[in-house]
Amino acid sequence: MGTTEHTVKAFDEDIGELRGLISEMGGRAEAAIVAAMDALVKSDTSAASRIVSEDTRIDELESQVEKLAVRIIALRAPMADDLREVVAAIKIAGVIERIGDYAKNIAKRVPLIESRRMIEPISLLPAMANTATEMVHDVLNAFAARDAALALRVIERDNVVDDFYNSIFRTLVTFMMENPKTIGEAAHLLFVAKNLERVGDHATNVAEMVYYAATGEYLGDRAGREG
Amino acid sequence: MENMTETLKMTARDVSVFYGAKQAIKSVSIDIDMANVTAFIGPSGCGKSTFLRTLNRMNDTISGARVEGRIELDGEDIYASSMDVVQLRARVGMVFQKPNPFPKSIYENVAYGPRIHGLAPAKADLDRMVESALRKAGLWDEVKDRLNESGTALSGGQQQRLCIARAIAVDPEVVLMDEPCSALDPIATAKIEELIHELRGRYAIAIVTHNMQQAARVSQKTAFFHLGTLVEYGDTSEIFTNPREERTKDYITGRYG
Repeated sequence: MGTTEHTVKAFDEDIGELRGLISEMGGRAEAAIVAAMDALVKSDTSAASRIVSEDTRIDELESQVEKLAVRIIALRAPMADDLREVVAAIKIAGVIERIGDYAKNIAKRVPLIESRRMIEPISLLPAMANTATEMVHDVLNAFAARDAALALRVIERDNVVDDFYNSIFRTLVTFMMENPKTIGEAAHLLFVAKNLERVGDHATNVAEMVYYAATGEYLGDRAGREG
Repeated sequence: MENMTETLKMTARDVSVFYGAKQAIKSVSIDIDMANVTAFIGPSGCGKSTFLRTLNRMNDTISGARVEGRIELDGEDIYASSMDVVQLRARVGMVFQKPNPFPKSIYENVAYGPRIHGLAPAKADLDRMVESALRKAGLWDEVKDRLNESGTALSGGQQQRLCIARAIAVDPEVVLMDEPCSALDPIATAKIEELIHELRGRYAIAIVTHNMQQAARVSQKTAFFHLGTLVEYGDTSEIFTNPREERTKDYITGRYG
């Protein structure tokens, strides 16, 4: 699909640039989540503040995506899969920006969780983060390759992240009851888990858009499911 | 859609057109209904204009042209020997690419059809028909004070609306438009498009256009032709956002053509 070139080559260049921006945004958001979790586990506050400041780059990329998409719509009047891709790109950029915000949010909590070594459930978070970032990683590949099947597999994995969240929630609540002095830190960890759970949700939303861009069908229409 | 059978105006079934030995249209079946504007799109030479012309037998005038298959207007075979071609063309009017008003007054351009078809018994009837047609064509206010000036003195966009007024003056059931805006500037084009929008429902309208944005703007049904075949036919919104056929997609996204 979409392998043939447009007669107007500048159109292909615009679409290529749009995809490039999305890839860069996605790559940065994914790396930010990984780095934020790393900073959290190592209690590395300087890495954490770097992640917070680097989030502005993701915001800038989002506005670049919007401007380019508007220009493409105005100048190229895209149709069919081109149109779907441009619309999906705008929406995906918005979602990735949110994923970047979650990374920033996790990073901001790093200095607030000082006694983390005492909070044993923290060991569950990196595995949850891995699954969530893998979803982000895969969904961006699916967008780049217009791969509807890969997008569907990302959606299926959202359950895993949800299960992680439920299990971490229960563990943390139990831990808080047993160690009331750690409630402050444990609550922060709970928010971190919630942020990761949202990252999984957002990756799922992106996957639905990728599926639409690739096939022209809304997943909601097919299965009656809610993202 | 549910009232398709009630609003169905013309049906073409397995229509093929030959120019001598060359087959220009290959077994095309399509319906034209009252409720929708139907756009025919496709690259040059795909047969869309040829097909449009079969709908009021304009191809009859081309020597060596031959039409096979069946085309019905209200269930009546338009290629039957009993069909009066002049009458048919009054019922199925046509507007061409370049505005072609007669070198006569604005009034006479519009009055011509009703007069030759004997639709206007008295001068007052004719006046009324001319005014009505010019109003429907959105031209009345611009020309009401100079009906005796030559039609050819109007601007290109006005001339085209005059031709539309001329086509609808005989109260046709179907209006065929063959690239009606390709010689017009964007403002005149917008006026024609607005007019098409207003005429929808009153007449069954089929339009050939090279401008895909125009097809997207004015039609509710789109038919994509390629190499003499009807590749895809469906709701315009579907065709332009999610075409089923690869060839349609390649064409509308500008990958060939």
